[in-house]
Amino acid sequence: MNISVTDNVKESAAAPFDVKTQGNTHILKNFTGTIGKIQVDDPKISTRNVNVYYGEKQAIFDASLDIGRNEVIAMIGPSGCGKSTYLRALNRMNDTIVGCRIEGELTLDGEDIYAKGMDPVLLRARVGMVFQKPNPFPKSIYDNIAYGPRIHGLARNAAEIDEIVETSLKRAGLFEEVKDRLQSPGTGLSGGQQQRLCIARTIAVNPEVILMDEPASALDPIATAVIEELIDELRENYTIAIVTHSMQQAARVSQRTAYFHLGKLIEVGKTSQIFTNPRHELTENYITGKFG
Amino acid sequence: MNNTEIVKRGLARRYAREKRFRLYGRCAVFVGFIFLALLLLDIIVKAMPAFSVTEIRVEVDLDREHLGLPAEGPVTAEMLSGANFNGVIREGLRAAFPEATSRKQKKALYSLVSSGAWFTLSNQVADDPDLIGQQKSLWFRADDDVDTYYKLARRTSRIDDLQAEYIDALDNMDLIRTGFNTALFTNSDSREPEQAGIRGAVLGSFWTLLVTLIVSLPVGVAAAIYLEEFAPQNRLTDFIEININNLAAVPSIVFGLLGLAVFINFFGMPRSAPIVGGLVLSLMTLPTIIIASRASIKSVPPSIKEAALGIGASHMQVVFHHSLPLAMPGILTGSIIGMAQALGETAPLLMIGMVAFIVDVPGGIFDSATVLPVQIYLWSDSPERAFTALTAATILVLLGFLTAMNAIAIYLRRKFERRW
Amino acid sequence: MQSSTLFILIVVLSLVSFYTGRGRAQQARNSTRLLALPAHYGYMTAIWSALPAIVLLLAWLAMEPGYLNNRIIASLPASIADQPSETLHLYVNNVLLAVGKGGVSDDPAIEAAAAVYMQAKSTSRMLLSALVVILSLSGILFAMTRYLTRQHARRRVEAVVRIALMLCSGVAIVTTVGIVLSVLFEALRFFDSVSIIDFVFGTSWSPQTAIRADQVGSSGSFGAVPLFVGTMLISAIAMLIAVPVGLLTAIYLSEYASRKFRSTAKPILEILAGIPTVVYGFFAALTVAPFIRQLGTSVGLDVASESALAAGIVMGVMIIPFVSSLSDDVINAVPQAMRDGSLALGATQSETIKQVIIPAALPGIVGGVLLAASRAIGETMIVVMAAGLSANMTVNPLEAVTTVTVQIVTLLTGDQEFDSPKTLAAFALGLMLFVTTLLLNVVALHIVRKYREQYE
Repeated sequence: MNISVTDNVKESAAAPFDVKTQGNTHILKNFTGTIGKIQVDDPKISTRNVNVYYGEKQAIFDASLDIGRNEVIAMIGPSGCGKSTYLRALNRMNDTIVGCRIEGELTLDGEDIYAKGMDPVLLRARVGMVFQKPNPFPKSIYDNIAYGPRIHGLARNAAEIDEIVETSLKRAGLFEEVKDRLQSPGTGLSGGQQQRLCIARTIAVNPEVILMDEPASALDPIATAVIEELIDELRENYTIAIVTHSMQQAARVSQRTAYFHLGKLIEVGKTSQIFTNPRHELTENYITGKFG
Repeated sequence: MNNTEIVKRGLARRYAREKRFRLYGRCAVFVGFIFLALLLLDIIVKAMPAFSVTEIRVEVDLDREHLGLPAEGPVTAEMLSGANFNGVIREGLRAAFPEATSRKQKKALYSLVSSGAWFTLSNQVADDPDLIGQQKSLWFRADDDVDTYYKLARRTSRIDDLQAEYIDALDNMDLIRTGFNTALFTNSDSREPEQAGIRGAVLGSFWTLLVTLIVSLPVGVAAAIYLEEFAPQNRLTDFIEININNLAAVPSIVFGLLGLAVFINFFGMPRSAPIVGGLVLSLMTLPTIIIASRASIKSVPPSIKEAALGIGASHMQVVFHHSLPLAMPGILTGSIIGMAQALGETAPLLMIGMVAFIVDVPGGIFDSATVLPVQIYLWSDSPERAFTALTAATILVLLGFLTAMNAIAIYLRRKFERRW
Repeated sequence: MQSSTLFILIVVLSLVSFYTGRGRAQQARNSTRLLALPAHYGYMTAIWSALPAIVLLLAWLAMEPGYLNNRIIASLPASIADQPSETLHLYVNNVLLAVGKGGVSDDPAIEAAAAVYMQAKSTSRMLLSALVVILSLSGILFAMTRYLTRQHARRRVEAVVRIALMLCSGVAIVTTVGIVLSVLFEALRFFDSVSIIDFVFGTSWSPQTAIRADQVGSSGSFGAVPLFVGTMLISAIAMLIAVPVGLLTAIYLSEYASRKFRSTAKPILEILAGIPTVVYGFFAALTVAPFIRQLGTSVGLDVASESALAAGIVMGVMIIPFVSSLSDDVINAVPQAMRDGSLALGATQSETIKQVIIPAALPGIVGGVLLAASRAIGETMIVVMAAGLSANMTVNPLEAVTTVTVQIVTLLTGDQEFDSPKTLAAFALGLMLFVTTLLLNVVALHIVRKYREQYE
């Protein structure tokens, strides 16, 4: 499919829906296109003209964005503006939702994610996801992490699984705390530990991209700090896209930031620039706390 | 990445497993469907013969002398009960087949008509005494073996060649026919399958369910109201709720034992009467009604209750003037479903004796009676083939009632569900 | 007077009380300040009339037969009264029969006793009627007094209603207590004749007792082990069918099926669950059992005409909807987050189900299986119609076995004296059944509750 890539994206015919934030309605109506540099050189993930519908209701309007290799990109915006929806489109998790429809082009290393021949199982082995609320399986810590490698057949014997478990726990910064009790249930850990367990679980499958949907919002500040440090370390080996409610968090962990507003990608750019010198009025309003 | 390669290798097998698993699931669902279909089909096929009955036309001469009645004067009921209707029928048969002279031939001839035919004739004459003295051509039910033979062209060992000849002759003379078996619905139980009907059982079920409804509905709703609105949160209340849940899971036969030991033995209530059966069934239906009523009362929005309280109504008034009427549809639905379950119960009623052979139709809740499922059970034990068809037909009647009741319940639920 | 007439009398008098009370209250409204609506006063006086009278009536009717029987026995000459209880019981029955015929009998002693009975009964009834009328009138009388309008009628009425509601909910406890006591009581009487060890551990079940003391072949053995084995065999066959099929059905319907498929499948399963067990029994006895027998003989196996297999299969199908709906609830209760977590790792749906969801739902499923087992063990009609009557200790499903429930039915539906060990054995079996199913239910509920805490 040939897509002309321009900075100005045509405004798509929007389905009417509630605009909760007063005063920004007229701004949104006059929205002509995403501001800022959508493209990157040699992107890991590339999306163009993405529209996502839940039944009749449209959630994402014509979003186009590149995600670079080994970068951390943060997606911010007020609640309900489609950040999670967009994220879930990247590893086809929206397939599990009945009535969800996706249009547009999304590619991973140049391959179309939604092509008929693309296997979602394979895709998700390459693009992992960490959820807002930690969701360890009702298994032991060891089995939680070994689950992924086992089903994909990534290890040939028990020793290799042991190795994967240890490496994943170390990378997630959890190994020292749990190395003596790998057989105890994963649900017995604290909230922050559980989330790191989930991150370790995701890493165990050896993905290329990690999507994080507000990974620290259910955690206390100390646990949050640990997770943020972790993200910085993970950047070495993985590409990370993180949805976050907290602007401070986005400022701390990401290199690029994308601002979503009610399903439209308003502005994207270097994190430092977005937070000090936003170019769009909506972005500025959000950053300065006029709403959200 | 070589990771992808490794994953790719395993995919085919994993998807094959996925497909197989889905298939197993699908098959499992269809096991239930297929069994249900087989069951219904089998019963319908078995029941078909019971809906039609074979009748033989006989010219009877209701001559006073032949009947053994005095030549003149009015005829009393007592005289009629001793009259020789059987002989008159046999005369009529002989008239149709004058060539039947030997004992063997006559025996074969007489056996063609149901042994209860004289009773039908007797009833007819009792209803219309003017018939006496007349010559009438009447249809009488055939014996059940003849019936089977004629309807299904299947010869049981009980039809010998002689009888078969006679039947074919009757056929040629158009003196034998099959018609709808109304007696199935108008007669009560009998030892002869061709005379047997379910009227007694239907009425017995009616009386029993009436008692069940009258006892379990008020008590169940009252209990639900108490537990939902007035009961304090203490151990007694918990204990009551535990008991209700336990009772819902106790095997039905244990309730029968309870009925036997307490109602019949201790209180001396009449065995086999709908009142006892109804009381036992109401104990069994109580948990169902309580649980359904509680759910229904709980679903009334608290805003309505608060509004009523705000006007100054007492708690009791709120419940009886507002919550209860609004919860009525759900309560009714629950009780209809409970009644439907009670209609199909057999084991506890066997225990309290509703199993005797009862010919008279019960007129009230203290008369001996039987119920439809027990009738089914009793008939299915009988060796005669014709009873099998009767049993299957009765099952269809029972299922018909159950379907109707459930349909009403579903209709009520749909109609009133839109409220909130 | 007839008891039904008395009942109608009470109702009529209560109605009169109601209208009197309400009328008086309405009159008084103009002069004094009432503490409740006139209708409440009406209800209050009606309750005054009805309640004590009905309580008296019911209590009297309950006690009357016993009292009258004692009067008969008291009036009998010593020669008869000293007889053992069974003979005495028979004698009393004869007296009652004679009363039914108007007090006439061939035996002068019976006639005399019948006369005593009828006299006592008429006295009792006269007394009862008088008391009932007095009590019923009390409401009306109360309505006429001055004290009426001073009452907090609404509070009183509501208090009575509240007590009535509470008593109704107490019926559940009374029923359970009734079951336990009645079954226990009779079972204990059984254990007087047959030791509990012989019963629970004995392996020979042949319940015959002498009708006369000198009858030959009167010894019966009451070892219930063959019954337990038979029950277990048929229940095991049933569970072997119901659990896999029911569980897979639940999994398919909740995880794979489209909404349309689900909405057609669920009602069909409910129909399966709503079919009375006697219909299943008919099908089992007249179609399935002969079919299995034919199948077996055509392959060269010796199959009984009432094989455990036939009963077990039909029972299994009957339980499928039960297992399916319980499992369905439990599977749906597993949070979506768990599924998402597994799918996000690249697992297929079947892998997610088998390795994450089912282990998570396992306690609930086990609870459901236990409840289904309890249902199978307590099932009566299918086995009565399709299983055998003679005790047979075997695990061969092609043979005929008998179960606890079948024996309870056979022991109690013959013509027998209520007190013989034979009929009491039925209660002992009933006790075993009740205890077993109760245990299974309690354990199942405990497991399910513990599991529910996990996700809350």
